[in-house]
Amino acid sequence: MTHAIEVRGLHKSFGSLEVLKGIDFHVDEGEVVCVIGPSGSGKSTLLRCINRLEDSTSGSILIEGEDITDPDADVDHLRTRIGMVFQQFNLFPHLTVLRNLTIGPTGVLKMDKKSAHQAAQAMLERVGLVDKVHEHPIRLSGGQQQRVAIARALCMQPDMMLFDEPTSALDPELVGEVLDVMRSLAKEGMTMMVVTHEISFASEVADRVVFMDDGVVVEEGPPSQLLFNPQTQRARQFLRQVSDR
Amino acid sequence: MYVVVMYGVAIAVVGVVALLADWETIRRNFLNTEVMAEMFPEVITIAARNTIVYTALSFGFGLVLALGLALMRLSSIGPFRAFAIGYIELFRGLPALITLIFVGFGIPIAFRWSIPGGTLGAGSLGLAIVAGAYMAETIRAGIEAVPRGQTEAARSIGMSKSRTMFTIILPQAFRIIIPPLTNELVLLIKDTSLFFVLGSTPGTKELTKFARDFMTGTRNATPLTVAAIVYLIITLPLTFLVRRLERSAARAR
Repeated sequence: MTHAIEVRGLHKSFGSLEVLKGIDFHVDEGEVVCVIGPSGSGKSTLLRCINRLEDSTSGSILIEGEDITDPDADVDHLRTRIGMVFQQFNLFPHLTVLRNLTIGPTGVLKMDKKSAHQAAQAMLERVGLVDKVHEHPIRLSGGQQQRVAIARALCMQPDMMLFDEPTSALDPELVGEVLDVMRSLAKEGMTMMVVTHEISFASEVADRVVFMDDGVVVEEGPPSQLLFNPQTQRARQFLRQVSDR
Repeated sequence: MYVVVMYGVAIAVVGVVALLADWETIRRNFLNTEVMAEMFPEVITIAARNTIVYTALSFGFGLVLALGLALMRLSSIGPFRAFAIGYIELFRGLPALITLIFVGFGIPIAFRWSIPGGTLGAGSLGLAIVAGAYMAETIRAGIEAVPRGQTEAARSIGMSKSRTMFTIILPQAFRIIIPPLTNELVLLIKDTSLFFVLGSTPGTKELTKFARDFMTGTRNATPLTVAAIVYLIITLPLTFLVRRLERSAARAR
C-alpha cells in the first residue's frame, strides 16, 4: 500500500546550517501523526518541505506515491490535495470569510460559484462560524480566525491536512475551540500531520507520535509509549521539561 | 522673554515690509482683476482641463508601466531584474525634461515617426516613462510589505504564482501604497507644466503655458498668480487626502 505521505532520506540546509539531517518518515491514509520536539528541531521545516513551501536539499517526498520534490512535478496540483494550517492563520485580510473559503475552489479547482458558496457555508457550519460569513478576518478572534483557516483548507477537499503549530499563536482560552475542530476532523478519518506543543492533545488524538530533535527523528511510537514511557534519554528529558511548565 | 523678542522682531519686519512695499504696483501686476476677468473661462475650460487630462493619462500609462517594472524587478529571472533596475535607475537619474524632449523630438528626428496624439501623446508618454520608474519602486515596496505568510497560504491551496500575485498580493500591496501613489500624482500634476517644450496650439495649452502666454500678451504677471491658485485648488485637497490616508493607515496597524 502506498503511504499518504512518505519521506525518504530528507535533508534540508539553509546556507551552511543543516536543519534536517536525513529524515525517513511516513503517514498512512487515515492516520493522525503528531510531531513534537524542542524549537529548532526541524519539525516545522519538515512540514513545510512536505508541500514544498521549502525546497529540500536532497531526498524525496512522495504524496500518495507521487514525488513532489521532482522538478517536473505539478506542485500546484499536488498542493490542492494537501491542506495546510499555519501558526499565524494567514487568512487573506482583504477578503471576507466567505471569499477566503471560495477563492481556492473557484479559482483553482474551477468549481462553479454556487457550489463553492454552498460548500463554504457547510464548512463554516462545521467549524461553528456560520454567522461570520460576511465578516473580514480582522474582526474575528484568533481562535475564530484559525477555525476559518482550517475551513479554508478543507474547502479544497484535500486528502490530508498539515498543521504547523496551529495553537501556538493563540491566547490560552482560545486553544480549546481550535483543538475541538481538529479532534472532530481526526474522528472523521482525515489523514493528519500535526506539529504541536499540545502534549495532551497528542496523547488523546494521535495514532502515532514522532519526537524530533536536532534535525533527526529520535523516537516514534504510539502515544501511550512515546509520551508516557519514552525509550530515549532525549525524549525523556524533553517531556519532563514540557510537563514542568 | 526670548519668545517675546522674537515676536517683536517678526512684527517689526512685517511692518517695515508692509510700509515700504509698493502695494499699488503689486496689485496692478499680480492681482489685476481686469486681466483675471479676461482669462476666464479659458483658464478653466482649456488650461486646467488639459492639465488634468495630461496628468490622468501620464498617471494611467505610468501605473501600468510601473506594475510591469515592479514585477520584473522581483522576478526570479535575472535579465528581467537587470532590465527593471537599469530602467528605474536611468529614468530616475535623468531630468524629466530630457525624457520629454527625447520622446517629443528625438524619436521623430531619428525615425521620421512621431508619437501619435501630438502634444498629448508624446507628453503623456514621456511623463509616464519617468513616473513609471518612480512608481515601480513604490509598488515594489508595497509588494514586499505584504507578509510572506500570504503568499504561502495562497500557494498552499494550489494557487499559481501569478494568481497569487494578482488576487492576493497586489490588492493588499495597493492598499498599503495609496498614500505614496497619491503623492506621485501630485508631483505629476506639477510636472505637466513641462509639456511647454513640446510646443502647443491654443487648444492644447496646459495651465503653465497658458498663463505664460497670457502674461506675454497682457504684459502683466497676474496670469501667473491665477495659475498658481488653480494648481493649489487641485493639489491641496490631494495632499490633505494623503495626510488623512496616512493617519488612518497608521491607526489600522
